[in-house]
Amino acid sequence: MKVSVQKEDFDLGIEVKAISNDPRIGAVASFIGLVRDVEMTLEHYPGMTERAIANIVEEAKGRWQVMDFTVIHRYGALKPNDQIVLVAVASGHRGDAFAACEFIMDYLKTQAPFWKKEQAAGGARWVEAKASDDQAAERWK
Amino acid sequence: MTKVRILYFASLREKVGRQAEEVELPSGVATVAALRSHLRDRGGVYQDAFSENALLRAAVNQDMVQSAAAIKAGDEVAFFPPVTGG
Repeated sequence: MKVSVQKEDFDLGIEVKAISNDPRIGAVASFIGLVRDVEMTLEHYPGMTERAIANIVEEAKGRWQVMDFTVIHRYGALKPNDQIVLVAVASGHRGDAFAACEFIMDYLKTQAPFWKKEQAAGGARWVEAKASDDQAAERWK
Repeated sequence: MTKVRILYFASLREKVGRQAEEVELPSGVATVAALRSHLRDRGGVYQDAFSENALLRAAVNQDMVQSAAAIKAGDEVAFFPPVTGG
């Protein structure tokens, strides 16, 4: 049961192992988001960020069997191909693990207070929110 | 206490040129929407940053809320653009 907002990188293997200890766990689904093309800086709202992620996980627990989980989101300066976010969910069976993992990720995109500023050729610019992200979160309602 | 603590993030923080301030809550300002109008009416950089067209979200005491949400003295109110994490 871990929520971490951190500057440091993370290791998928270590994180998955840490939530796989209960012998009743039969499935772990994980998602990692990476920086695509350009360098960026991620800003967040300390305090609210952790709270928002915890609320999203609580919501997921009400819908699916979530036996353990880890959500890590980085902030600060990131380079192309750097890992940004990890969502890993452990459950008895794959259906719940897959669904809860995708749900947490979709809600995180629209509810967790992070903002990306990209270092483009013409200077830095704030990334604009996508309507497709709102739609992805909407479909769970 | 008659003040609210206001926080600004990302592009909005840059537009208003500060990340936080204490603001005296005028009588009659009891919702997020009313506070937003109050800030816009300060003019200058606030006029543009809080214009009707500016796409903004708000949180009261670290929970995301709609513009009709109530605010009271002592609250922490944050304004920011739609989030882009993940």
